Amino acid sequence: MNFSPTIVAFLCNWCAYTGADLAGTSRLHYAPNIRIIRIMCSGRIEPTFILKAFKEGADGVLICGCHPGDCHYQEGNYKCLRRFKLLEKFIAQMGIEKERLRLEWISASEGKQFAELVNEMTKTILQIGPSKVKKTLEVEPVK
Amino acid sequence: MTPEPVKPKLKLAVYWGAACGGCCVSVLDTHEKLLDIVAAADPVFWPIAMDIKYKDVENMPDQSIDLTLFNGAIRNSENKHMAELLRKKSKILVAYGACAYMGGIPGLANFFSKSEIFNRAYLETESTNNPEKTVPVHEFAVPEGTIEIPRMFNDVLPLNLVVDVDYYIPGCPPQSERLIEVFSLVASGAELPPKGSVVGANDKTNCDECKRKKSDNKLVKKFYRPWEIQDDKETCFIEQGVICMGPATRSGCGVRCVEGNSPCRGCYGPPPGASDPGAKMMAAIGTMIDANKPEEIDEIIESIVDPAGLFYRFSLPGSILGRKVL
Amino acid sequence: MKQISIDPITRLEGHGKIEIFVNDDGEVENAYFQVPELRGFEKFCEGRPVEELPSIVTKICGVCPGCHHMASGKAVDAVFGADPPPTAKKIRELFYMAHFVHSHIAHFYALAAPDFVVGPTANPAERNILGVISKVGLQIGSEVIKQRRIAQEIQALIGGHQTHVIMNTPGGVKKGITDEQRDDIVTKAEGFVEFSKFSIQLFKDVVLGNKDYVELILNGPYSLVLHSMGLVDGNNKVNFYDGKVRVVDTKGKELYKYGPDQYLDYVEERVEPWTYLKFPYLKKIGWKGFIDGQESGVYHATPLSRLNAADGMATPVAQQEYDFMYKTLGGKPVHATLAMHWARLIELIYSAEHCLELAKDPDITGKDLRAPLGKIVGEGVGIVEAQRGTLTHHYWTDDRGMVRKVNLIVGTTNNHAAICMSIKKAAQGLIKKGTEITEGTLNMIEMAFRAYDPCFSCATHSLPGQMKMLLNIRDHQGNIISSFERK
Repeated sequence: MNFSPTIVAFLCNWCAYTGADLAGTSRLHYAPNIRIIRIMCSGRIEPTFILKAFKEGADGVLICGCHPGDCHYQEGNYKCLRRFKLLEKFIAQMGIEKERLRLEWISASEGKQFAELVNEMTKTILQIGPSKVKKTLEVEPVK
Repeated sequence: MTPEPVKPKLKLAVYWGAACGGCCVSVLDTHEKLLDIVAAADPVFWPIAMDIKYKDVENMPDQSIDLTLFNGAIRNSENKHMAELLRKKSKILVAYGACAYMGGIPGLANFFSKSEIFNRAYLETESTNNPEKTVPVHEFAVPEGTIEIPRMFNDVLPLNLVVDVDYYIPGCPPQSERLIEVFSLVASGAELPPKGSVVGANDKTNCDECKRKKSDNKLVKKFYRPWEIQDDKETCFIEQGVICMGPATRSGCGVRCVEGNSPCRGCYGPPPGASDPGAKMMAAIGTMIDANKPEEIDEIIESIVDPAGLFYRFSLPGSILGRKVL
Repeated sequence: MKQISIDPITRLEGHGKIEIFVNDDGEVENAYFQVPELRGFEKFCEGRPVEELPSIVTKICGVCPGCHHMASGKAVDAVFGADPPPTAKKIRELFYMAHFVHSHIAHFYALAAPDFVVGPTANPAERNILGVISKVGLQIGSEVIKQRRIAQEIQALIGGHQTHVIMNTPGGVKKGITDEQRDDIVTKAEGFVEFSKFSIQLFKDVVLGNKDYVELILNGPYSLVLHSMGLVDGNNKVNFYDGKVRVVDTKGKELYKYGPDQYLDYVEERVEPWTYLKFPYLKKIGWKGFIDGQESGVYHATPLSRLNAADGMATPVAQQEYDFMYKTLGGKPVHATLAMHWARLIELIYSAEHCLELAKDPDITGKDLRAPLGKIVGEGVGIVEAQRGTLTHHYWTDDRGMVRKVNLIVGTTNNHAAICMSIKKAAQGLIKKGTEITEGTLNMIEMAFRAYDPCFSCATHSLPGQMKMLLNIRDHQGNIISSFERK
């Protein structure tokens, strides 16, 4: 199969992005399927971003923030967790497999864990196949 | 607000796709003000009220209809054909009502496939006796000849996915007073808002106009189904634990449902700046959940029984995802 | 064979088309009334919380949303095993009577009156509400708009929303009525009673006072001999909100009487491939085809069938008019399709009188609006009379009250077979060898479906007065050989 998953990753600036950076500076190899978007805090992530990512063709969406208690803005990651859990329930109703949306806490020193996470998620998505979220609703001809 | 026409009467059309007739009723519910509308406009096509046929519309010159209010969603080939035809024949085409704007209640069909809907309607329903498994077909040969019915599409679509839409008037149905405002504006010949605008509605959310008592404390430890509480009829629904779509819904309806002690369900669509009302509501609800531990959060989420069907009650086809993945 | 298409049918709610086949002898071989759309409420309500259904199903129809709300509300009550307190039931019924008043006024004046007041073959430019007004006066036209507006206002007040009403909650209603509101409604309901009496008098003067119309009603190509269905109360009087379903046969003898939970034993639906709408028929008789008569399983559910199926009306003036109608038309049951218009006006009077009774009832301003809810039963059926026929909502839920399945049999659906047959019969009666097809002919075919009140049209002057119709006559290859347009 020639399917190469596209995974959009929202990483918070303070912990997760730094952790990903560390994976890079440590020259750790990990799957190139990830597309990173840096945001200041995982609490900034709203469902619109994730739904848009799926709509634009993402096969998976990964969210990473600071471990609970470590959020640079105190509570942002908890807000992210609450929204994420509601989103999980929602995407199940929308027929999107739960493996496609994932939330993990990654600290600034967890470069290795980040690399493993990306590899693991890429493998899982490879197994379940490309996302079937259509780019547009089907507009059929009149005749 | 009587418009004073200084030019010939406007030609007005009102047509319906996959609709219920409520939007046509909203035009009639202008009651005595309808006299003013008719003073300024000639209806030229309106199937619920007039005997103009499709052939007559085809014979009209292009752009000869000044204003068409298209209500109802696009569910089948006839709806699409008429949308395209009316786009050609109209100067201004308005997506009138929630169905044309974002899909409306018929849009809930996007949680299912066409075959699931057919199976339920024609094969599985408990009162149906159909051992031959007959289903309606687009073209059918009867002994006397061939007769046709429109082909049902796989997806319900909002109007703007099949034709270019000039304006949107939201609501299920739109409040008649707002229609009069919009119509007066068009009839007066004044400059119209930019193409693609939502008109006939306000710029804030329903919370702004809601008369219930609100505080800043919107943290919720559990969400209740409306019948699980004794509504005190005064306090904000969300503060009583009942989800109300007010925060993610554009105002303009007068918050009539909450006046009737029923939480808002979002028929006026998203507020300005938000394209997807459900996504905004999910963001807001996430903020309101009063828990940080995963197990506690899970329990509260459990009490939200039908997120997709509630947050996208009127807007599933017009939302970012558009439909359930099959 | 020539094929005549009427597309779309107009002045009804929803989409419809008629295909008429005329054979080489110039006689109508067959006619098909097709419903060209399906939205799928019976499927997409699945997965929704059942208490949301009363507000979702109003969107089945924007003209009779109150009917769906009531049937749904009753089904939801049953799902919860709840019996609403008297005040709640009376508030619901009061709303419902106002709903009938608005709909029956609008139908009579905008749809029916033009055919009778102006004339079925009169100049189409005059055959509309404007023509009616020019014959009977502008004052009446204004009164029609006003009474309809008042009925809508009462609905908005009680129902919470003027169209898509939201008042029902499991076991009751969400909002009560204050003393001031009640006093206001009493005054308005008194106005309804006077206006409904006036309306039936208008019908008597203009229609019954004209022997050609009486001939048309009794002997025109508009009669189908069918079984009649309607809801009746404990005294076998017509009731729109509650009661048992009663079916009488073509001779007026009671065939069945059943409660909502038993409807599946009595009614079945058939599917045809040329229309999206199904065809209900009486299960115990079975489907015998598109035929009328005692042996057929086809029935109708209309104002006329309701009056046929009942022993009388529950309010005095309506009862007088009921007796008068049957005396005039030769006894019960009546099978003349056009008599549906008359029956509708008798129902208008009943709705108005009953509205007034309920408004004066001391319970109506009560504070007990909701019954306590017990364990979820998980299944419920709600049956009411919609203006257009018996309406059934049947829901199944899981133990949390989330909808698993929905079955609906909607008002006009009951009459799908009857409408098909009425149109065919009218076409066969009016188009014969050598008939010159005029606009009058076409209008008289339309009158066949209009009697069933498939919807209401604009009860005002916004009609331009033209009943446009395009008639294409095609040869067997589908080429148009002759075209006739009524502008």
